[in-house]
Amino acid sequence: MTQGLDVSSLFMEMVKASATVDIVQKKLVYLYMVTYAGHKPDLALLAINTLRKDCADPNPMVRGLALRNMCNLRMPGITEYIQQPILSGLRDKASYVRRVAVLGCAKMHSLQPNTEIDPSVVNELYALLRDPDPVVMVNCLRALEEILRDEGGVVINKPIAHHLLNRLKDLDSWAQSEVLRLLLRYCPRSDDELFDILSLLDGFLSSAHAPVMAATLRLFLHLAAAHPAVQADALSRARGPLLAVCGSASRELRFAGLSHVQQVLRSQPAQYCSHYKRFFCSYSEPGYIRLRKMEILVELVNDENVVLILEELKSYCTDVSTDLAQAAIAAIGRIGRTYTEKCLDILTGLLALKQEHITSAVVQTFRDLVWFCPQSTGPVCKAVEGCDETPQDDEGKQALLWLLGAHGELISSAPYLLEGFIDGLKVEISSAVKMELLTSTLKLFLSRPAETQDMLGRLLHYCIEDEADMNVRDRAGLYYRLLQSGPDRTRQILLGPNSDPSMTVLTGRPEEPVSVWASSFNTLGSLCGTGAGPENLPAEDSAHQVHAAEEAELGFGPAEQNLNTEPEEPLSDAAAAELDLTAGPPISHEAFERLWLDLQVVHQQVLEVRRPPEPPETLQAAFLLVKIQTLAFSRADAALWKAYVYSRAGGTLLLAELLQGAPEEPESEGMLLVSIKQQPENQSAVRNFISVLKRVLQTLSSNTS
Amino acid sequence: MWFQIKIKSSLCPVYPGDHLIYKDYRGEADKDAVSIFYEMVTALSGDQPPVVMSHKDLNFIHVRQGGLYWVASTKTDASPFTIIEFLNRLAALTKDYCGSLCEKSVRMNFALIYELLDEMVDYGYIQTTSTDILKNFIQTEAVTSKPFSLFDLSNVGLFGAETQQSKVAPSAAATRPIMSHRSEQGGKNEIFVDVVERISVVIGSNGVLMKADVEGEIRVKCYLPTCSEMRIGLNEEFSIGKSQLRGYGMAVRVDECSFHQAVKLDEFDTYRILKVCPSQGEQTLMQYQLSDELPCAPPFRLFPTVEKDYGNRLLIFLKLRCDLPPKSTALNVSVTVPVPKSSLSLSQELSSPDQTADLQLKNKAILWSIPRFPGGAQLSALFKVEVPGLSSASLLEVGPVSMSFELPKHTCTGLQIRFLRLSPTHPGLSQRWVRYVTHSDSYTIRI
Repeated sequence: MTQGLDVSSLFMEMVKASATVDIVQKKLVYLYMVTYAGHKPDLALLAINTLRKDCADPNPMVRGLALRNMCNLRMPGITEYIQQPILSGLRDKASYVRRVAVLGCAKMHSLQPNTEIDPSVVNELYALLRDPDPVVMVNCLRALEEILRDEGGVVINKPIAHHLLNRLKDLDSWAQSEVLRLLLRYCPRSDDELFDILSLLDGFLSSAHAPVMAATLRLFLHLAAAHPAVQADALSRARGPLLAVCGSASRELRFAGLSHVQQVLRSQPAQYCSHYKRFFCSYSEPGYIRLRKMEILVELVNDENVVLILEELKSYCTDVSTDLAQAAIAAIGRIGRTYTEKCLDILTGLLALKQEHITSAVVQTFRDLVWFCPQSTGPVCKAVEGCDETPQDDEGKQALLWLLGAHGELISSAPYLLEGFIDGLKVEISSAVKMELLTSTLKLFLSRPAETQDMLGRLLHYCIEDEADMNVRDRAGLYYRLLQSGPDRTRQILLGPNSDPSMTVLTGRPEEPVSVWASSFNTLGSLCGTGAGPENLPAEDSAHQVHAAEEAELGFGPAEQNLNTEPEEPLSDAAAAELDLTAGPPISHEAFERLWLDLQVVHQQVLEVRRPPEPPETLQAAFLLVKIQTLAFSRADAALWKAYVYSRAGGTLLLAELLQGAPEEPESEGMLLVSIKQQPENQSAVRNFISVLKRVLQTLSSNTS
Repeated sequence: MWFQIKIKSSLCPVYPGDHLIYKDYRGEADKDAVSIFYEMVTALSGDQPPVVMSHKDLNFIHVRQGGLYWVASTKTDASPFTIIEFLNRLAALTKDYCGSLCEKSVRMNFALIYELLDEMVDYGYIQTTSTDILKNFIQTEAVTSKPFSLFDLSNVGLFGAETQQSKVAPSAAATRPIMSHRSEQGGKNEIFVDVVERISVVIGSNGVLMKADVEGEIRVKCYLPTCSEMRIGLNEEFSIGKSQLRGYGMAVRVDECSFHQAVKLDEFDTYRILKVCPSQGEQTLMQYQLSDELPCAPPFRLFPTVEKDYGNRLLIFLKLRCDLPPKSTALNVSVTVPVPKSSLSLSQELSSPDQTADLQLKNKAILWSIPRFPGGAQLSALFKVEVPGLSSASLLEVGPVSMSFELPKHTCTGLQIRFLRLSPTHPGLSQRWVRYVTHSDSYTIRI
């Protein structure tokens, strides 16, 4: 039977065999009956008599066994037979039978889902919450939860919640984690009550049982939603147990632990930085754990550990598994957005291995790196030029083509590489690669027309005349007509301004509030997600950028429109009075970015102030006092510290960038360099803005010194 | 939270009908849930399927133990920790009751396992997993297959005389079912206390210790039918955390430490004594971690030389030193050296005939195995690998070297058990065993 054979024809004999006194035989017969009752409902009814007789057996074990199996017979019409034994089971003196009977209520309800809920049963179950046996109590909660599902489950009011909290210590770890989960539904009336509950739960936070620890942490995060400090404290105290889970002997548990650490990192990346070595991969671990660990390592990078983490990741790059090797290369690339130089060295070194999958992953990483960190363009182009192996997979080809198109003027061999691709066009299958080839050849034509003209002609001819794929043909037609409108126009459209991606690197990944992920903590969802953050997305290819730029021109952000419709105050008034700064509606990142790119710098000067060492929150608050709004700060430990702020005065909008440690201004020596852009221009407002800014910064610095 | 359980053989290939145990607690899962899981596992190309897989609204969570898949499926968004921990516990209980965990033992004891499942979970809700409670309900006797072992023979004293060997428990002693005391022959009243540590180490190419973590636990495996209080004394200079140092001798320090909820700690602070009433079966009394600081040198040191020989030949010369104290020995040491992907063949010179080395073409690595490695000894091996198209860049592909081994009678933290007392003293029959072992979780040496 357990091997999948159908032995239902023996049912009659089994019914007879059930009238035995041997418990082992009884159990096996019941197992058989429960499995096949659905097939033979008429014969199963014959067994009911024996079962009902067993329900009155003096031995509680037999009573419980019979009742449980009777409730498990899933067939129509059974309810009329089981109702009476269940009700008497609820009042049985043996807790074993009561446990079975309580869950029997839920089973009975699921057999007849559309009937009225019997209020007397519900009341009895609520009363049994006070049962001395902890399992009976928890089973009551489970049964009520199922029976009352349509009404939103079991009601957790204050007396019940407090009763459950007080009994928590008597329960075993499974029941504890389940009760803690149900308590999520309770919201305390006052802060006093809240803190009483939290201090009661405190010990469970460091429980050696991972389920209890995780359930407690989730409850903490939920209850203390209004107290971020309490949440942070709970997270830091759960760090030890969570790290222990990440090193547990069971791989699956380890994986669950890692996934949850990843969630915590979304809010508190700094907490785990010093424990980065815990996330080094071990060679015996399966791939899915190693991938998670790499994702975590990327998040943990800071100035102290970057060298060691990179060294560790580098050793994964030559792994036998191509997936792991490529993931490790991508991870190095992501670290490269902050620590560009170190990572470029490693990546360039990997090209020397001349292995297809490594080369492809490195080229893709290069593409993303160039897009996010324009300062890496030079070394990347040099590395691409020195590499004589071309990637063979579609993704890698596209990345290489993008690099050749976007920075062809820096790669002397670019036309030859492209020519190779164009010669092999007939055997190329992927249409995405062909599209990329079109775009990059056209771009290269704009920067190096003499060398490229001939091959561009051939390419366009082939794509328009012989190509079967409609998208490629249309794209080729589009470019052809674009060229007809003249090279200047083509340049304007194809190489138009892109959004500035370095802005997103600068602001880094914002620390998300705990509430964003707290609801999925300790659920299955957290194990399925890959924790994809904004930086996990590959950089869009050039076609997308063109579209993005076009769309950006068409769709104006709401904040921008606000600006334009803002009533212009008469300048004479404003000039007479002091141009006071005013706070307006906040500007979105996108709108700010666009304005910043469109406008020219109207004023630039070195403020004779150093950067105040305050945390960003304090700075932001101080700025806000004088009506200067803040858009973004770079991290306090960044070598090149930047801040973007803005304010309004007398109908003009002022955008300012504060910069410390700018390489082109060596004489500033740690002083802040401020660049201001303005719309519309108004010099007096700028002067006023600068004096206010200086005053704030001076006050902050003097406070701390 | 509710689910159903399947135990499947993972010995390839997996057949849809190849489930050993299947219990549907709710009657809500489709009949073909098993084959859905089978299809999902076989459809994946990777080395191991992810822990959680979903099909429509059905979630499958599995763990792998003893070469078997232990699968639970649920339709609710349950706590992953609970399900994984439960499946682990189920596997552990199966091992306790059947003696060992393998396809054969599960097949032979299917009635017992169904009985266990019936008592542990009702309607998809976990009722109890405690051995003390379960033993009242479990009636079936475990069936064991006893493999023939030379250990059994060596244990028989000459003419019945007590030999030194009979003072040492055979390694198979702790792999028998806990319930066998009912039967006549094997009913020994024994208790095993194991200190098991897993060490994970990364040594940099310059020989500097970059990472050293130890995860340890004290496990009790109890075959005593009635439980009496047991007192376990640890080293008196045992300390937890960085600040708390005790005594003047060699301190045994761990970073973090957690205990089973049944452990009474009233004498722990002053005398480092754990008190517990062990229930039958296996329990983990204490878990501890130590990171970044080992009290002693890492057990192995490697001195590698990798160079290009004439032609397409790569020379790898490894000198491996075991830094354990001379009386301890490392067993089953294996050294894995990744070699360039294009490697074809291998010739080797090893220092003794019991060692073996071969080139595993699938993993592109040399596997050098050493069955016994005494402390203080130094072994060397020379590998000549034929690599077509060898370039200087290929040398980058050699390494990092990883090792696996076990160190019996050795703990890296230095944790020892001073005494093990059962009170009230059990009538003479009971035998107490204390065992120490350190496993390599991950031992990586960069070249």
